[in-house]
Amino acid sequence: MGDMFRSEKMALCQLFIQPEAAYASIAELGESGCVQFRDLNDEVSAFQRKYVTEVRRCDDMERRLRYVESEMKKDEVDVPVLKAEEEPSAPNPREAVDLEAQLEKTDNELREMSANGASLAANFRHMQELKSVLVNTEGFFSDQEVINLDSNRRLDPEDPAQAPGAAQRGQLAFVAGVIKLERFFSFERMLWRISRGNIFLRRADIDGLVEDEETGRPVLKTVFVAFFQGEQLKQRIKKVCTGYHAAVYPCPSAHAERLEMIKDVNVRLEDLKLVLSQSADHRSRVLNSASKHLPRWSIMVRKMKAIYHILNFFNPDVTGKCLIGEGWVPTNDIATVQEALARASKVSESSIPAFMNVIETNEMPPTYTRTNKFTNGFQNLVDSYGMASYREVNPALYACITFPFLFAVMFGDLGHGLILLLFASWLIIKEKQLASIKEEIFNIFFGGRYIILLMGIFSIYTGFIYNDVFSKSMNIFGSAWHMNYTRDTVEDASLKYITLRPNDTVYKTYPFGMDPIWQLADNKIIFLNTFKMKLSIIVGVVHMIFGVTMSVVNFAYYKKYASIFLEFLPQVLFLMLLFGYMVFMMFFKWVTYNDTVEGPLSPACAPSILILFINMILQGSQDTPEPCKEFMFEGQKSIQQVFVVIAIICIPWMLLGKPLYILLKRKISGAPPPKPQGGGGEGHGDDDAMGEIFIHQAIHTIEYVLSTVSHTASYLRLWALWHATQLSEVLWNMVFSMGFKYDSYIGGALIYVFFGAWALLTVGILVLIEGLSAFLHTLRLHWVEFMSKFYEGAGYAFEPFAFKTILDVSEDD
Amino acid sequence: MDSEWVPPIVITSIWAFIGIICPFFARGPNRGVTQCCLMLTAATCWLFWLCCYMTQLNPLIGPKLSMVEIMIMAREWGNEIKDSMDIVV
Repeated sequence: MGDMFRSEKMALCQLFIQPEAAYASIAELGESGCVQFRDLNDEVSAFQRKYVTEVRRCDDMERRLRYVESEMKKDEVDVPVLKAEEEPSAPNPREAVDLEAQLEKTDNELREMSANGASLAANFRHMQELKSVLVNTEGFFSDQEVINLDSNRRLDPEDPAQAPGAAQRGQLAFVAGVIKLERFFSFERMLWRISRGNIFLRRADIDGLVEDEETGRPVLKTVFVAFFQGEQLKQRIKKVCTGYHAAVYPCPSAHAERLEMIKDVNVRLEDLKLVLSQSADHRSRVLNSASKHLPRWSIMVRKMKAIYHILNFFNPDVTGKCLIGEGWVPTNDIATVQEALARASKVSESSIPAFMNVIETNEMPPTYTRTNKFTNGFQNLVDSYGMASYREVNPALYACITFPFLFAVMFGDLGHGLILLLFASWLIIKEKQLASIKEEIFNIFFGGRYIILLMGIFSIYTGFIYNDVFSKSMNIFGSAWHMNYTRDTVEDASLKYITLRPNDTVYKTYPFGMDPIWQLADNKIIFLNTFKMKLSIIVGVVHMIFGVTMSVVNFAYYKKYASIFLEFLPQVLFLMLLFGYMVFMMFFKWVTYNDTVEGPLSPACAPSILILFINMILQGSQDTPEPCKEFMFEGQKSIQQVFVVIAIICIPWMLLGKPLYILLKRKISGAPPPKPQGGGGEGHGDDDAMGEIFIHQAIHTIEYVLSTVSHTASYLRLWALWHATQLSEVLWNMVFSMGFKYDSYIGGALIYVFFGAWALLTVGILVLIEGLSAFLHTLRLHWVEFMSKFYEGAGYAFEPFAFKTILDVSEDD
Repeated sequence: MDSEWVPPIVITSIWAFIGIICPFFARGPNRGVTQCCLMLTAATCWLFWLCCYMTQLNPLIGPKLSMVEIMIMAREWGNEIKDSMDIVV
C-alpha cells in the first residue's frame, strides 16, 4: 500500500513465546523487521537480566573477532565483502556453540603465533647483532698482536706463554657490544668519566638499519669495543652498558675462534630464517582461511547479540512456561509477524505455537510511513523538521512535487536544469554501484538523487518558460513584437535607443513563456520584476491556502469538527479575503489595462496594487489626476470595505471562538474544575485550566494573523533568488564572449580556455552554490510557511527491530 | 480574433489531460502517490504558464532597444523597414 497520505495504523501487540522457540522467533522477527519491541524490564539493571550470560558470550566472541580482524589488517589480508544475498541468518544455539569453539581456536592460535613470532624475531636480532659484532671487531683486533685479550678467557695451563700473574696485571680486557648510534656519544662521555680516561673505545657503524627491540622501528646502530684494565672497571662498564641499553656480546679474541663463531652464527641465522619464514607462512595460512569466514561470522555474532538483547526485554510469566513481550506492529504487517512466529515454532519444534494478540491502549503509537526509494528523500526532508504525529496528514506527499517546483521557480534556467538532470540521472543509473560508497558528503547527494532529478526536470520547464538558457533566449514561436519604424528613424544617427510602445508593435502574445525580445532589452529587469513579484505572491498565497486547507483534513480525522468552524473558517476567510483578493487584483490588472486605449485604462493610469492594498487596510485614499480613476472597477471601494470588515471580525472569532466553546462544553458536562498543569507544553490537553487555553489561543491567533502578512512577503524570496541566477548573464558577457573576439587559430585556442573558465564558474557558482541556496530557501518555505499552517509534528519515529538497520549501524562504527 | 485563443486553449487542455484524465490510468502499488504527483504537477505547471502568459497579454511597457538591435530584428525576424509608418490607434 503506497499511500503516503497519512502515517500507518499501528497496533500494540503482546507476544507469548515458548522459551525454546524464543530465540528462533526473535531471529525470524529480526529478518522481517516489522516490530518495535518495548523494554518490559526497565527497572532491572543490565546485570540482572535473564540472558546476561549469553550477551557476555557474544561480547567475548566479538572481542575475539576484533582481534582476528586487527591481525588481518596488520598483515593486509583482504576481507571479502559479503553481498546482501549471502548474508547468513542468526545461528541457532548448536551452531552458536560451534562458532564459539572455532573462534576460540583461531584466536588462541593467532595469539600463540604472535608470541612465538616475537620471541623468534628477538632471537634473530640478537644473532644478527652478534654477527655484526664479530665481523666488525675484525678491524680492531687485527691491528694489534693481541692474542689473549679475551676478558672471558680461560686460563690455559698448557700454554707456556701465559704467565698466571700477567693476567692480573697489565693485560687489557675488553667488552664488545652494540648500541644505538644516537646514544653512542653520551655513552662514550659517560665511560670517559667513570674511568677517568682509562678506557679506550672504538666503534664501527653497522651498515643499514637494524630493527630496535623497544619501538620496532629501524634505527642506526653501531658496534663498539671498550678496552680497559682491571675487574672494577669491568663491573662499572657493564653497569653503564645496562643503563644505556647496549647489548653486550661475548666476543673471542682469538682470530680462529672468531671465525668459527661467525660460521656458527651464520648457520644459526639460516636456521632462524627458515623457522621465521615457516611461521610466517603458517600465520598467513591461518589468517587467509579465517578471512573467508570472517564476514559471515561477524554478521552471525552481531545478529545473535541483537537477539539476546531483545530477549532481555521479555518478561517471563508467572508460571515460567512462556515469555511475554510487547511491541508496536503496523496493522498491515500483523500477518507477516504471525507467519514469522509460525515459521519459528516449526523450526524449533516446540509443542505449543507462539501467538500474538492485539491490546487496546491510549498511548500514542510511533509514526511509520512506508516509503519507496523515490519518496524516501522527501519524507526525510519533512521528518527533519519534526516527526509527524500519529496519523496526521503527511506533507511529504505534496512535497514530492511542490518542493522541486518552488526550487525551479528560483533556479529557472534550462541549461543549469539540464546539468542537474544529467547529474541525477547518472546517480540513478549507477545506483547499485554507488550505493556502497561510504563518504559522507557524497552520501548526502546520493540520498537525494530523486529530489535532484525532479528539481532538474522542473528547472528545465521553468527555464523554458522564463526563456533562459545559460542567459540566452530561444525564439521558437516567433516574437510577439515587431518594429514598424521608418527608414529615416532607424538610420538616424542621433538616436541611440528606442523604447517600443506596445500599442503598435505587439500583434500577438508569445504563447509559451517569455518573449525572446526581452533578452535584448535594456529595461528587461523592470518588466521581469513585475512579473516575478506577482508570480511569487500568487504561488505563495495558493500554497498557503493549500496548507490551511490541510488542517481541515486533520480536524476531520481527529473528530474535532468544532475546530473546523472555529479555527479553520476564520483563518481561511482572513487569508482569502485579504491576500486572495490581492491575487485577484493582480489578475484583474493584467487583463484590464493595456496600451491600445487612452483614458482610465491606459498604462499611465494603471494603479499600483500594493498602494491599493495598503489603502484598503488603512481605509486611506489616494488622489489621482484626471482621467485616471483610483479604483479598477465599479464598486471596488464598497467590496473592499466589506472584505476588511469581515476580516476584522475573523480576528476575535479566532481569538475567542475555541476557548468559549470549551468553556461551554465543560459547563454542560459538569466536569470538576481541572488542576492547572505545571509547564504547559504545545499540546492542548483536555485537562488544561481555562486561563491556559485562552492564552494558547491568543498566541495562536496573533501568530496566525501576523504570519499571513509575513509569510506572504516571505514568498518574495522566489523573486529575490531568481535575481541571483542572472549572474549567468554576467558570466556570459564577461567571460565567454571574450573568447569570440579573436579570429583564426588563436581564437580557437582562446575559446577553449574561456569555455573552461565559464564552465567551471557556471557549475561551481551557479549550479552548486545557487542550487544549494535555492534548496535551502525552498526547504524553509515548506517548513515555515507551509507546514506551520497545519502540521503538529509531535510524534516519534517507528524503529523496528530489523537486522538490516543493526548491521548497517554497526558497519558505520 | 479566434486564432488568438488557440495557444491558451491548447496548453490548458494539455495540462488538464495530464492532471485530470491521466490519474485515472495510474496503476501499481504506489497508485495514490502517482495520482497526487500528476495532479500537483499539472496544477503548478499550468498556473506558472498562466501567470507568464497573462503578464504578456497587455504589456504596459515595451523593450528599450539600441538601433543595432532594431536593425537586426528587422533583418532576422522579417520586419521590413518601411518608408512610411502606419499608425494604429
